[in-house]
Amino acid sequence: MSAIEREVMEPHEKTRSVEKAQLLEYYRQMLAIRRMEEALAKAYSLRKFGGFLHLAIGQEAVAVGSIAALKPEDYAFATYREHAHAYAKGMSARSIIAELFGKRTGCSMGLGGSMHLFDAPRNFMGGYGIVGGHIPLAAGTAFASKYRGDGRVTLCYFGDGSVAQGAFHEALTLAALWKLPVVFICENNQYSMGTPLHRSMSVLDVSQKALGYGMARDRFDGDDVVKVRDRMAEAIRRARSESLPTLVEVVTYRFRGHSMSDAGLYRTKEEVDEWKKRDPITVGRGLLEKASVAESEVLAIEEGVKREIEDAVKFADESGELTFEELEQFTYKE
Amino acid sequence: MAQIAFREALNQAMVEEMERDDRIFLMGEEVGHYNGAYKVSKGMLEKFGERRVLDTPIAENGFAGIGIGAAMAGLRPIVEFMTWNFSFVAADQLISNAAKIRQMSAGQFTLPIVFRGPGGSAHMLAAQHSQSTEALWAHVPGLKVVMPANPYDAKGLLKSALRDNNPIVFIEGEIMYGDLGEVPEGEYLIPLGVGDVKREGKHITIVAWSKMVKIALAAATELAKEGIEVEVVDPRTIRPLDEELIVSSVSKTGRALIIEEGWPFNGVGAEIAYRIARRCFDDLDAPVERLTGADMPMPYNHHLEELCIPTVPRAVAAVKKLLYLED
Repeated sequence: MSAIEREVMEPHEKTRSVEKAQLLEYYRQMLAIRRMEEALAKAYSLRKFGGFLHLAIGQEAVAVGSIAALKPEDYAFATYREHAHAYAKGMSARSIIAELFGKRTGCSMGLGGSMHLFDAPRNFMGGYGIVGGHIPLAAGTAFASKYRGDGRVTLCYFGDGSVAQGAFHEALTLAALWKLPVVFICENNQYSMGTPLHRSMSVLDVSQKALGYGMARDRFDGDDVVKVRDRMAEAIRRARSESLPTLVEVVTYRFRGHSMSDAGLYRTKEEVDEWKKRDPITVGRGLLEKASVAESEVLAIEEGVKREIEDAVKFADESGELTFEELEQFTYKE
Repeated sequence: MAQIAFREALNQAMVEEMERDDRIFLMGEEVGHYNGAYKVSKGMLEKFGERRVLDTPIAENGFAGIGIGAAMAGLRPIVEFMTWNFSFVAADQLISNAAKIRQMSAGQFTLPIVFRGPGGSAHMLAAQHSQSTEALWAHVPGLKVVMPANPYDAKGLLKSALRDNNPIVFIEGEIMYGDLGEVPEGEYLIPLGVGDVKREGKHITIVAWSKMVKIALAAATELAKEGIEVEVVDPRTIRPLDEELIVSSVSKTGRALIIEEGWPFNGVGAEIAYRIARRCFDDLDAPVERLTGADMPMPYNHHLEELCIPTVPRAVAAVKKLLYLED
């Protein structure tokens, strides 16, 4: 793991002059995502809902930083580990938590669950449960944007495990060939489920896959939300103004297991602790201190997040469920 | 009325719909510059340009997914598979994405997309290129499956498919593209889910679709010489299935033979036989019978291949058996 860490490119220092308000907002979003997922883990262990629960704790800066560089009309696709991306794209904690609780007030009325959050008005195009299977879809919305000339950009998130899939390579083939306005973002969290990179990849630098497609690429680590935003902004600019795709690899780490049943026996506690020193929320807090944000402002945000998540859990708890009669309408469009 | 070929009817349907709706575009292998592997898209690149008629690399998983994503964004793609045999590498896109996104998103996204191309056996193409896939696709809720039997149906059904708001599997008989049939000049639509009585009769019902309608009609002509009046019912759409039309015909004739080119196990005919048994139990004078493709991969050898596909003599024999007219 440390070998990869060393390969990661150095950050651009030019981008430190960020507005305080933006820093606070990024921090708020990351913290809300963290607290939301912690609340979900707790509710899961209390058996308030079932199924799979994949947490992105430790990876929050990737979603928040990249979506910060996006416009609301831009599209985003994600995997089954997508609570962070959904929230960063503007979806409420209420609609996300209620969805996981299987309630009708959830974003997908309780029909999708943790792995399939959708929000059409916010152009959050879904979380998908088949590894790599959604990557061609992202090329598809990018195709539609180019077809219409609407200037929108598509972001597509996937994990390092997706890179072995044919769908990944076919999507990149077509996106490069047709010059589609899409940014492919590999969130390399070092493990595809319990398999470390070196046991699943012959070349550990995922961004190098772009070379074969003649596609622009970037590679950096994902603990600093502002760095993520600024590096993503370049790829998004390339998509929007030149209609060219980019493959971006963000090196990150998930602090929790693959899912709730993962005992984490494939990695050491020392390794996890080492990465926790680079917790994106701690880094974000550091950015606030550097920008001389008053402690009281930070505390106010933390208090607001706490209330927001408590309210969302209560809301989800109290919401009702869809009936079987209501279900039928969703198989086919009349 | 003008006689036109099956491929020309399909071409007219796509051209007419693309003229009235800019959201429709065609993509697939060799659909543009080559004018289509089976010449269904002949002239369309010249007419609509490269924006709307796109040659793809051989990446069915990729371009099927692009079509689905484009449909999520409000376009109405036509994705051509050079043959349905090549659709299996895109099966994840159809089954995991196209069929499920509407429900998983609680109706936030609908998918107006048509996947079309030739299916069924041709001549001596061997196992990997000689398959009927309708039973596989029709198994999946969320997909519609359409299989026209003649040029008239092909045009009217494809136009309806292109105006529908669901993912549609549109399977064209691979050796039917040259079939001629009458197609009127003006615009017409044939609704999905509505079958057609291709020939009226009173002694027995044959249910058949796509290429097998031709076998059924030829068998009916043979049998008519012996005074046996066969009713041929073509559901035209496998899913949704026009169960009422089948039931009303079998209730009248009291006998049913289902002819399908595909494999017998879990075939479409098995589902139809079940529905007939359930709805027409008191009207049946004989067990429901099926004539299907052989339960094995298709052999290359010409004589063996012929033994693996329903033929007119076997259809005639099956009818006689159901009428207890065997020697």
